[in-house]
Amino acid sequence: MKTMMAGLAGLLFGIGLVVADMTNPAKVRAFLDIGGNWDPSLAIVMVTALLVTGIGYRLVFKRDKPLFAPTFQTPTNTALDARLLIGAGLFGVGWGLVGLCPGPAIAALSFGGWPVLGFFAAMAAGMGLYAMVEDQIAKVV
Amino acid sequence: MTAFTPLSAAIGGALIGAAAVLLMASLGRIAGISGIAGGLFSAPKADRGWRWAFLGGLAFAPVLVWLVRGEAPAFELEASWTMLAFAGLLVGFSTRLGSGCTSGHGVCGISRWSPRSIAATAAFMATGMATVALARLLAEQIR
Repeated sequence: MKTMMAGLAGLLFGIGLVVADMTNPAKVRAFLDIGGNWDPSLAIVMVTALLVTGIGYRLVFKRDKPLFAPTFQTPTNTALDARLLIGAGLFGVGWGLVGLCPGPAIAALSFGGWPVLGFFAAMAAGMGLYAMVEDQIAKVV
Repeated sequence: MTAFTPLSAAIGGALIGAAAVLLMASLGRIAGISGIAGGLFSAPKADRGWRWAFLGGLAFAPVLVWLVRGEAPAFELEASWTMLAFAGLLVGFSTRLGSGCTSGHGVCGISRWSPRSIAATAAFMATGMATVALARLLAEQIR
């Protein structure tokens, strides 16, 4: 049941991305291009996603626990630390350069051709690299 | 250059929100793609199955839309292999470092009024916009 619900949620998420055209890197970069031919579509995607999630989460959190798991696993860390801000800042650079973030990169695997496969492989390598150096980073920041 | 498409953006956004709510209601998890992917191999064994299922659904979804519409989703990307590799590495590494990406921070985190996610989203939006502006300036200089 857990697997089925997760698969369904992933499917719904992916359909949302494609319907909103957020799997098109040009569309995402056009949103980030506020000084050029700005396309605000991504802002609308975020607003409705936040509305549905904001209201939905409120209803969900009124329950003691999820339907098929013992607890809600939400992050409890509230510190605005260097790791968070450096990580998010660098992510924006990579996102702006190509117009792909992790969700669309995975969703576009079936139709984006070799460029997406290349980006995806590099992204997986970047995540793997982080896993290897995570402990060293924890000592610094 | 792409056209402003408010209706499809609103519908797509609502579906993304519904997916996030469904994952929280059923499994109690945040629908953050980088976080889910980051645990595919490293999370405890019992905590991996749902991750593969979610990302499998995400990867399969466009195929479904493709079949229904009869045409592949739009995809326009002009970037050298060096750029793709660099940006991919950066996105993979930094989303793990910053504990999230557009979905985990931008949708799920802000919905919970998490100060970390609000700050992270402001940060990646700002650097993303600055990067695109700089790239456009450079391209115009070369031309």
